[in-house]
Amino acid sequence: MRRSVSIAVLAVTLLVGIRAPGARPGNVVASGQEKPSTMEVKIDNFSFGPAALTVPVGTTVTWTNRDDIPHTVVSTDDPKAFKSKVLDTDEKFSFTFSKAGTYPYFCSIHPKMTGKVVVQ
Amino acid sequence: MFEARKKDEILHDHNHDGVDRRGFLKCMAWAGTGAFCVMQGGVLKSYSLSRLSEMDPKEAIGELSFVQISDSHMGFNKPANPDVAGTLQVAVDKINGLSAAPEFMLHTGDVSHLAKPEEFDTVDQILKSAKPKDVFYVPGEHDVLNDDGKQFLERYGKGSQGAGWYSFEKKGVHFIGLVNVMNLKAGGLGTLGHDQLEWLEDDVKHLKSSTPIVVFAHIPLWSVYPEWGWGTEDSAQALAYLKKFGSVTVLNGHIHQTMQKVEGNVTFHTAASTAFPQPQPGKADSPGPLKVPAEQLRNILGITDVNYVQGKHALAVVDSSLA
Repeated sequence: MRRSVSIAVLAVTLLVGIRAPGARPGNVVASGQEKPSTMEVKIDNFSFGPAALTVPVGTTVTWTNRDDIPHTVVSTDDPKAFKSKVLDTDEKFSFTFSKAGTYPYFCSIHPKMTGKVVVQ
Repeated sequence: MFEARKKDEILHDHNHDGVDRRGFLKCMAWAGTGAFCVMQGGVLKSYSLSRLSEMDPKEAIGELSFVQISDSHMGFNKPANPDVAGTLQVAVDKINGLSAAPEFMLHTGDVSHLAKPEEFDTVDQILKSAKPKDVFYVPGEHDVLNDDGKQFLERYGKGSQGAGWYSFEKKGVHFIGLVNVMNLKAGGLGTLGHDQLEWLEDDVKHLKSSTPIVVFAHIPLWSVYPEWGWGTEDSAQALAYLKKFGSVTVLNGHIHQTMQKVEGNVTFHTAASTAFPQPQPGKADSPGPLKVPAEQLRNILGITDVNYVQGKHALAVVDSSLA
Protein backbone atom coordinates (compact mmCIF):
# COMPACT_ATOMS: atom_id res chain seq x y z
CA MET A 1 0.00 0.00 0.00
CA ARG A 2 2.63 2.47 1.09
CA ARG A 3 4.88 1.38 -1.74
CA SER A 4 2.24 2.04 -4.36
CA VAL A 5 1.51 5.45 -2.84
CA SER A 6 5.21 6.28 -2.90
CA ILE A 7 5.48 5.28 -6.54
CA ALA A 8 2.47 7.41 -7.40
CA VAL A 9 3.94 10.39 -5.60
CA LEU A 10 7.26 9.82 -7.32
CA ALA A 11 5.54 9.64 -10.70
CA VAL A 12 3.70 12.88 -10.07
CA THR A 13 6.91 14.50 -8.87
CA LEU A 14 8.70 13.41 -12.03
CA LEU A 15 5.90 14.70 -14.25
CA VAL A 16 5.86 18.02 -12.48
CA GLY A 17 9.63 18.12 -12.57
CA ILE A 18 9.74 17.53 -16.30
CA ARG A 19 7.00 19.98 -17.13
CA ALA A 20 7.86 22.76 -14.75
CA PRO A 21 10.70 24.62 -16.48
CA GLY A 22 8.98 25.37 -19.75
CA ALA A 23 5.36 25.20 -18.75
CA ARG A 24 4.83 28.06 -16.37
CA PRO A 25 3.86 30.97 -18.61
CA GLY A 26 1.41 32.27 -16.02
CA ASN A 27 4.02 32.58 -13.32
CA VAL A 28 4.67 36.30 -13.38
CA VAL A 29 4.75 36.82 -9.63
CA ALA A 30 8.10 35.12 -9.27
CA SER A 31 9.63 36.81 -12.30
CA GLY A 32 13.05 38.18 -11.62
CA GLN A 33 13.52 35.54 -8.90
CA GLU A 34 14.87 32.09 -9.50
CA LYS A 35 13.85 30.90 -6.05
CA PRO A 36 10.60 28.94 -5.82
CA SER A 37 7.74 30.51 -3.92
CA THR A 38 6.43 27.21 -2.59
CA MET A 39 8.15 24.51 -0.58
CA GLU A 40 7.06 21.09 0.61
CA VAL A 41 7.55 19.33 3.93
CA LYS A 42 6.63 15.67 4.05
CA ILE A 43 5.50 13.99 7.24
CA ASP A 44 6.76 10.41 7.14
CA ASN A 45 7.46 7.92 9.91
CA PHE A 46 6.64 10.40 12.66
CA SER A 47 9.10 13.01 11.40
CA PHE A 48 9.14 16.20 9.36
CA GLY A 49 11.25 16.09 6.22
CA PRO A 50 13.19 18.24 5.98
CA ALA A 51 13.10 19.02 9.70
CA ALA A 52 14.87 22.33 9.05
CA LEU A 53 13.90 24.36 6.01
CA THR A 54 15.31 27.73 4.91
CA VAL A 55 13.13 29.81 2.57
CA PRO A 56 12.89 33.39 1.26
CA VAL A 57 10.26 35.76 2.64
CA GLY A 58 6.91 35.20 0.97
CA THR A 59 7.32 31.46 0.56
CA THR A 60 4.32 29.21 1.07
CA VAL A 61 5.23 25.98 2.82
CA THR A 62 2.92 22.99 2.45
CA TRP A 63 3.07 20.07 4.84
CA THR A 64 1.64 16.70 3.72
CA ASN A 65 0.92 13.90 6.18
CA ARG A 66 1.95 10.61 4.57
CA ASP A 67 1.64 8.53 7.77
CA ASP A 68 -1.20 6.19 8.69
CA ILE A 69 -1.61 8.24 11.87
CA PRO A 70 -2.89 11.82 12.17
CA HIS A 71 -0.45 14.64 12.91
CA THR A 72 -0.55 18.40 13.38
CA VAL A 73 1.75 21.28 12.49
CA VAL A 74 1.78 23.79 15.34
CA SER A 75 4.06 26.75 15.95
CA THR A 76 5.83 26.65 19.32
CA ASP A 77 5.98 30.44 19.51
CA ASP A 78 3.76 32.39 21.85
CA PRO A 79 1.52 33.57 20.34
CA LYS A 80 1.48 30.77 17.79
CA ALA A 81 2.48 31.88 14.30
CA PHE A 82 0.46 29.05 12.77
CA LYS A 83 -1.56 26.01 13.78
CA SER A 84 -2.98 23.37 11.47
CA LYS A 85 -6.10 21.39 12.09
CA VAL A 86 -5.54 17.68 12.56
CA LEU A 87 -4.13 16.23 9.35
CA ASP A 88 -5.26 12.72 8.57
CA THR A 89 -3.44 10.61 5.99
CA ASP A 90 -2.62 12.59 2.82
CA GLU A 91 -4.12 15.81 4.16
CA LYS A 92 -2.17 19.06 3.72
CA PHE A 93 -1.58 22.31 5.55
CA SER A 94 -0.08 25.45 4.01
CA PHE A 95 1.26 28.62 5.54
CA THR A 96 2.81 31.64 3.84
CA PHE A 97 5.77 33.15 5.68
CA SER A 98 5.64 36.90 5.13
CA LYS A 99 8.21 37.95 7.76
CA ALA A 100 11.82 36.95 8.24
CA GLY A 101 12.65 34.91 11.31
CA THR A 102 12.97 31.41 12.73
CA TYR A 103 9.72 29.51 13.18
CA PRO A 104 10.00 26.38 15.31
CA TYR A 105 7.04 24.02 15.22
CA PHE A 106 5.94 20.55 16.38
CA CYS A 107 3.19 17.96 16.19
CA SER A 108 0.95 18.65 19.16
CA ILE A 109 -0.17 15.00 19.21
CA HIS A 110 3.35 13.55 19.07
CA PRO A 111 5.48 16.29 20.61
CA LYS A 112 8.72 14.45 19.91
CA MET A 113 8.17 15.47 16.29
CA THR A 114 9.75 18.89 15.84
CA GLY A 115 10.92 21.05 12.95
CA LYS A 116 11.69 24.64 12.02
CA VAL A 117 11.36 27.00 9.11
CA VAL A 118 13.99 29.72 8.76
CA VAL A 119 12.68 32.64 6.70
CA GLN A 120 15.30 35.00 5.20
CA MET B 1 -9.28 -21.28 11.60
CA PHE B 2 -6.81 -19.66 9.27
CA GLU B 3 -6.53 -22.87 7.26
CA ALA B 4 -10.21 -22.50 6.47
CA ARG B 5 -9.61 -19.01 5.18
CA LYS B 6 -7.05 -20.18 2.70
CA LYS B 7 -9.69 -22.18 0.92
CA ASP B 8 -11.75 -19.08 0.37
CA GLU B 9 -11.52 -17.15 -2.81
CA ILE B 10 -9.81 -13.81 -2.49
CA LEU B 11 -12.27 -11.34 -3.92
CA HIS B 12 -10.59 -7.99 -3.49
CA ASP B 13 -6.92 -8.00 -2.68
CA HIS B 14 -6.27 -4.28 -2.77
CA ASN B 15 -3.14 -4.52 -0.70
CA HIS B 16 -1.60 -7.36 -2.65
CA ASP B 17 -0.89 -9.22 0.53
CA GLY B 18 -2.99 -12.27 -0.21
CA VAL B 19 -5.70 -11.31 2.26
CA ASP B 20 -9.01 -9.79 1.19
CA ARG B 21 -11.36 -7.99 3.55
CA ARG B 22 -13.56 -11.00 4.06
CA GLY B 23 -10.56 -13.19 4.84
CA PHE B 24 -9.20 -10.55 7.14
CA LEU B 25 -12.44 -10.41 9.07
CA LYS B 26 -12.51 -14.18 9.35
CA CYS B 27 -9.06 -14.23 10.86
CA MET B 28 -9.97 -11.30 13.01
CA ALA B 29 -12.85 -13.27 14.42
CA TRP B 30 -10.38 -14.39 17.05
CA ALA B 31 -9.05 -10.95 17.68
CA GLY B 32 -10.21 -8.26 20.03
CA THR B 33 -8.24 -7.55 23.06
CA GLY B 34 -8.09 -6.33 26.55
CA ALA B 35 -7.03 -7.55 29.93
CA PHE B 36 -8.95 -9.30 32.68
CA CYS B 37 -7.67 -8.02 35.99
CA VAL B 38 -8.12 -9.89 39.26
CA MET B 39 -7.11 -8.71 42.71
CA GLN B 40 -5.88 -11.66 44.70
CA GLY B 41 -4.34 -11.13 48.08
CA GLY B 42 -3.83 -7.49 47.27
CA VAL B 43 -1.99 -8.61 44.18
CA LEU B 44 -3.42 -7.43 40.91
CA LYS B 45 -3.15 -10.09 38.24
CA SER B 46 -3.90 -9.35 34.63
CA TYR B 47 -4.63 -11.86 31.93
CA SER B 48 -4.86 -11.16 28.24
CA LEU B 49 -8.33 -12.16 27.17
CA SER B 50 -6.87 -14.27 24.39
CA ARG B 51 -5.22 -16.66 26.80
CA LEU B 52 -7.97 -17.14 29.28
CA SER B 53 -8.38 -20.72 28.16
CA GLU B 54 -4.95 -21.44 29.65
CA MET B 55 -5.95 -19.93 32.96
CA ASP B 56 -6.81 -22.04 35.98
CA PRO B 57 -10.43 -21.05 36.84
CA LYS B 58 -9.31 -20.46 40.44
CA GLU B 59 -7.03 -17.74 39.16
CA ALA B 60 -10.02 -15.79 37.93
CA ILE B 61 -11.62 -15.57 41.36
CA GLY B 62 -10.76 -12.72 43.64
CA GLU B 63 -12.44 -10.02 45.64
CA LEU B 64 -12.64 -7.68 42.74
CA SER B 65 -12.24 -8.16 39.04
CA PHE B 66 -12.43 -5.69 36.21
CA VAL B 67 -11.38 -5.41 32.61
CA GLN B 68 -9.02 -2.93 31.00
CA ILE B 69 -9.44 -2.14 27.33
CA SER B 70 -7.44 0.47 25.48
CA ASP B 71 -6.75 2.27 22.23
CA SER B 72 -9.85 1.30 20.32
CA HIS B 73 -9.02 4.07 17.77
CA MET B 74 -12.51 4.01 16.33
CA GLY B 75 -12.34 5.56 12.86
CA PHE B 76 -8.96 4.08 11.96
CA ASN B 77 -9.31 2.21 8.66
CA LYS B 78 -5.82 1.64 7.32
CA PRO B 79 -4.38 -1.76 6.32
CA ALA B 80 -3.08 -2.51 9.84
CA ASN B 81 -6.74 -3.08 10.75
CA PRO B 82 -9.58 -2.05 8.41
CA ASP B 83 -12.20 -3.14 10.94
CA VAL B 84 -11.51 -1.65 14.37
CA ALA B 85 -15.21 -1.85 15.23
CA GLY B 86 -15.08 -5.59 14.56
CA THR B 87 -12.07 -6.15 16.79
CA LEU B 88 -13.58 -4.07 19.60
CA GLN B 89 -16.73 -6.16 19.34
CA VAL B 90 -14.62 -9.32 19.61
CA ALA B 91 -13.07 -7.90 22.77
CA VAL B 92 -16.54 -7.30 24.18
CA ASP B 93 -17.59 -10.83 23.24
CA LYS B 94 -14.55 -12.13 25.14
CA ILE B 95 -15.46 -10.05 28.15
CA ASN B 96 -19.01 -11.39 28.02
CA GLY B 97 -17.65 -14.91 27.83
CA LEU B 98 -15.82 -14.63 31.16
CA SER B 99 -17.13 -17.11 33.71
CA ALA B 100 -17.19 -14.48 36.45
CA ALA B 101 -18.46 -11.18 35.12
CA PRO B 102 -16.04 -8.31 35.83
CA GLU B 103 -17.52 -5.51 37.90
CA PHE B 104 -16.61 -2.74 35.53
CA MET B 105 -14.34 -1.72 32.67
CA LEU B 106 -11.53 0.79 32.38
CA HIS B 107 -10.80 2.35 29.00
CA THR B 108 -7.32 3.84 29.03
CA GLY B 109 -7.80 6.23 26.14
CA ASP B 110 -7.67 6.72 22.40
CA VAL B 111 -11.29 5.70 22.34
CA SER B 112 -11.51 7.45 18.97
CA HIS B 113 -9.01 8.00 16.18
CA LEU B 114 -9.93 11.57 15.19
CA ALA B 115 -12.21 12.65 18.07
CA LYS B 116 -15.25 12.69 15.79
CA PRO B 117 -18.64 12.42 17.52
CA GLU B 118 -19.62 9.44 15.38
CA GLU B 119 -16.47 7.59 16.43
CA PHE B 120 -17.35 7.98 20.10
CA ASP B 121 -20.94 7.01 19.27
CA THR B 122 -19.79 3.76 17.68
CA VAL B 123 -17.67 2.82 20.69
CA ASP B 124 -20.53 3.65 23.06
CA GLN B 125 -22.83 1.47 21.00
CA ILE B 126 -20.43 -1.49 21.01
CA LEU B 127 -19.66 -1.21 24.72
CA LYS B 128 -23.38 -1.19 25.50
CA SER B 129 -23.39 -4.88 24.62
CA ALA B 130 -20.80 -5.62 27.34
CA LYS B 131 -22.03 -7.22 30.55
CA PRO B 132 -20.14 -4.80 32.81
CA LYS B 133 -22.21 -1.63 32.57
CA ASP B 134 -19.84 0.81 34.25
CA VAL B 135 -16.97 2.08 32.13
CA PHE B 136 -14.36 4.48 33.49
CA TYR B 137 -12.43 6.47 30.90
CA VAL B 138 -9.33 8.58 30.65
CA PRO B 139 -8.57 10.38 27.38
CA GLY B 140 -5.80 9.58 24.93
CA GLU B 141 -4.25 12.26 22.73
CA HIS B 142 -6.52 11.24 19.86
CA ASP B 143 -9.62 11.96 21.96
CA VAL B 144 -8.75 15.61 22.58
CA LEU B 145 -7.55 16.64 19.12
CA ASN B 146 -9.62 19.65 18.19
CA ASP B 147 -11.21 21.05 21.29
CA ASP B 148 -8.78 20.49 24.18
CA GLY B 149 -10.90 17.59 25.32
CA LYS B 150 -14.19 19.47 25.74
CA GLN B 151 -16.26 16.84 23.95
CA PHE B 152 -14.54 13.99 25.80
CA LEU B 153 -15.24 15.65 29.13
CA GLU B 154 -18.88 16.15 28.25
CA ARG B 155 -19.26 12.50 27.31
CA TYR B 156 -17.14 10.71 29.87
CA GLY B 157 -15.93 13.19 32.45
CA LYS B 158 -18.97 13.82 34.64
CA GLY B 159 -17.85 14.65 38.15
CA SER B 160 -14.19 14.78 37.18
CA GLN B 161 -11.72 17.52 38.04
CA GLY B 162 -9.70 19.78 35.73
CA ALA B 163 -9.00 18.13 32.38
CA GLY B 164 -10.83 14.99 33.51
CA TRP B 165 -8.98 13.40 36.43
CA TYR B 166 -10.88 11.66 39.23
CA SER B 167 -10.77 8.85 41.78
CA PHE B 168 -13.23 6.30 43.13
CA GLU B 169 -13.36 3.38 45.54
CA LYS B 170 -14.34 -0.20 44.76
CA LYS B 171 -14.24 -2.83 47.49
CA GLY B 172 -11.49 -1.12 49.39
CA VAL B 173 -9.35 -0.46 46.31
CA HIS B 174 -8.68 3.19 45.47
CA PHE B 175 -8.75 3.87 41.72
CA ILE B 176 -7.23 7.04 40.28
CA GLY B 177 -7.78 8.14 36.67
CA LEU B 178 -5.16 10.62 35.47
CA VAL B 179 -4.92 12.74 32.31
CA ASN B 180 -1.48 13.12 30.73
CA VAL B 181 -2.32 14.04 27.13
CA MET B 182 -3.10 17.76 27.49
CA ASN B 183 -0.83 20.76 26.82
CA LEU B 184 1.97 18.66 25.40
CA LYS B 185 5.15 20.67 24.83
CA ALA B 186 7.41 20.49 21.78
CA GLY B 187 10.06 17.85 22.24
CA GLY B 188 8.43 16.61 25.44
CA LEU B 189 6.54 13.61 26.79
CA GLY B 190 3.14 13.17 28.39
CA THR B 191 2.37 15.72 31.09
CA LEU B 192 0.24 15.67 34.24
CA GLY B 193 0.78 19.29 35.20
CA HIS B 194 0.87 21.18 38.48
CA ASP B 195 -2.87 21.32 39.15
CA GLN B 196 -3.38 17.60 38.70
CA LEU B 197 -0.35 16.73 40.84
CA GLU B 198 -1.66 18.93 43.64
CA TRP B 199 -5.03 17.26 43.40
CA LEU B 200 -3.40 13.81 43.51
CA GLU B 201 -1.39 14.65 46.61
CA ASP B 202 -4.56 15.77 48.32
CA ASP B 203 -6.61 12.84 47.03
CA VAL B 204 -4.41 10.16 48.61
CA LYS B 205 -3.43 12.04 51.77
CA HIS B 206 -6.25 10.64 53.88
CA LEU B 207 -5.86 7.02 52.73
CA LYS B 208 -4.33 4.28 54.87
CA SER B 209 -1.06 2.96 53.53
CA SER B 210 -2.60 -0.52 53.36
CA THR B 211 -5.11 0.66 50.74
CA PRO B 212 -4.40 -0.96 47.36
CA ILE B 213 -4.02 1.76 44.73
CA VAL B 214 -4.75 1.38 41.02
CA VAL B 215 -3.71 4.33 38.84
CA PHE B 216 -4.78 4.43 35.21
CA ALA B 217 -3.77 6.91 32.51
CA HIS B 218 -3.21 6.82 28.76
CA ILE B 219 0.50 7.46 28.23
CA PRO B 220 2.77 5.23 30.35
CA LEU B 221 3.70 6.72 33.71
CA TRP B 222 7.10 5.08 33.44
CA SER B 223 9.79 5.70 30.90
CA VAL B 224 9.11 3.00 28.32
CA TYR B 225 10.87 4.69 25.40
CA PRO B 226 11.23 8.47 25.61
CA GLU B 227 12.65 8.61 22.07
CA TRP B 228 9.12 7.86 20.85
CA GLY B 229 7.45 9.94 23.52
CA TRP B 230 6.49 6.86 25.54
CA GLY B 231 6.71 8.30 29.00
CA THR B 232 5.39 11.13 31.19
CA GLU B 233 7.53 14.15 32.15
CA ASP B 234 6.31 14.55 35.70
CA SER B 235 5.29 10.99 36.57
CA ALA B 236 8.04 10.74 39.21
CA GLN B 237 6.26 13.43 41.23
CA ALA B 238 2.98 11.54 41.00
CA LEU B 239 4.62 8.29 42.09
CA ALA B 240 6.30 10.08 44.99
CA TYR B 241 2.84 10.79 46.41
CA LEU B 242 2.10 7.05 46.27
CA LYS B 243 5.26 5.91 48.03
CA LYS B 244 3.60 5.21 51.36
CA PHE B 245 1.28 2.62 49.88
CA GLY B 246 2.19 -1.04 50.01
CA SER B 247 0.49 -1.92 46.77
CA VAL B 248 0.35 0.33 43.72
CA THR B 249 -0.61 -0.80 40.23
CA VAL B 250 -0.29 1.53 37.25
CA LEU B 251 -2.29 0.68 34.13
CA ASN B 252 -1.57 2.46 30.85
CA GLY B 253 -2.26 2.17 27.13
CA HIS B 254 -0.84 4.25 24.27
CA ILE B 255 1.94 1.90 23.14
CA HIS B 256 -0.36 -0.82 21.73
CA GLN B 257 1.52 -3.71 23.29
CA THR B 258 1.71 -5.35 26.67
CA MET B 259 4.63 -4.58 28.90
CA GLN B 260 5.24 -4.95 32.61
CA LYS B 261 7.71 -3.67 35.10
CA VAL B 262 7.98 -3.88 38.87
CA GLU B 263 9.70 -1.11 40.78
CA GLY B 264 9.56 -1.48 44.54
CA ASN B 265 5.91 -1.42 45.56
CA VAL B 266 4.75 -0.33 42.12
CA THR B 267 3.73 -2.62 39.28
CA PHE B 268 3.54 -0.93 35.90
CA HIS B 269 1.52 -2.45 33.15
CA THR B 270 0.53 -1.45 29.63
CA ALA B 271 -2.41 -2.97 27.78
CA ALA B 272 -2.59 -3.94 24.13
CA SER B 273 -4.81 -2.03 21.73
CA THR B 274 -8.15 -3.40 20.59
CA ALA B 275 -7.33 -1.89 17.17
CA PHE B 276 -3.79 -2.40 15.91
CA PRO B 277 -0.35 -3.26 17.31
CA GLN B 278 2.67 -0.94 17.39
CA PRO B 279 6.31 -1.98 17.13
CA GLN B 280 8.48 -2.77 20.11
CA PRO B 281 10.49 0.25 21.30
CA GLY B 282 13.17 1.14 18.78
CA LYS B 283 12.43 -1.88 16.59
CA ALA B 284 11.12 0.25 13.72
CA ASP B 285 11.72 3.67 12.18
CA SER B 286 8.69 5.06 13.96
CA PRO B 287 5.90 3.98 16.31
CA GLY B 288 3.41 3.80 13.41
CA PRO B 289 0.89 0.95 13.12
CA LEU B 290 2.49 -2.46 12.78
CA LYS B 291 1.12 -4.41 9.84
CA VAL B 292 1.07 -8.07 10.75
CA PRO B 293 -0.50 -10.98 8.91
CA ALA B 294 -4.14 -11.20 9.90
CA GLU B 295 -3.67 -14.61 11.48
CA GLN B 296 -1.13 -13.11 13.88
CA LEU B 297 -3.17 -10.06 14.76
CA ARG B 298 -5.34 -12.08 17.10
CA ASN B 299 -2.28 -12.88 19.21
CA ILE B 300 -1.25 -9.29 19.45
CA LEU B 301 -4.46 -7.49 20.29
CA GLY B 302 -5.68 -7.82 23.88
CA ILE B 303 -7.67 -7.06 26.98
CA THR B 304 -6.37 -6.75 30.52
CA ASP B 305 -8.30 -8.21 33.40
CA VAL B 306 -7.64 -7.44 37.03
CA ASN B 307 -8.82 -9.31 40.10
CA TYR B 308 -8.38 -8.27 43.70
CA VAL B 309 -8.66 -10.36 46.84
CA GLN B 310 -9.42 -8.38 49.94
CA GLY B 311 -7.47 -8.82 53.14
CA LYS B 312 -4.01 -9.55 51.82
CA HIS B 313 -1.42 -7.07 50.80
CA ALA B 314 0.06 -7.13 47.34
CA LEU B 315 -0.98 -6.38 43.82
CA ALA B 316 -0.05 -8.09 40.60
CA VAL B 317 -0.93 -7.70 36.99
CA VAL B 318 -0.62 -10.48 34.49
CA ASP B 319 -1.37 -10.23 30.82
CA SER B 320 -2.79 -12.52 28.22
CA SER B 321 -3.71 -12.05 24.56
CA LEU B 322 -6.91 -12.86 22.76
CA ALA B 323 -5.96 -15.76 20.50
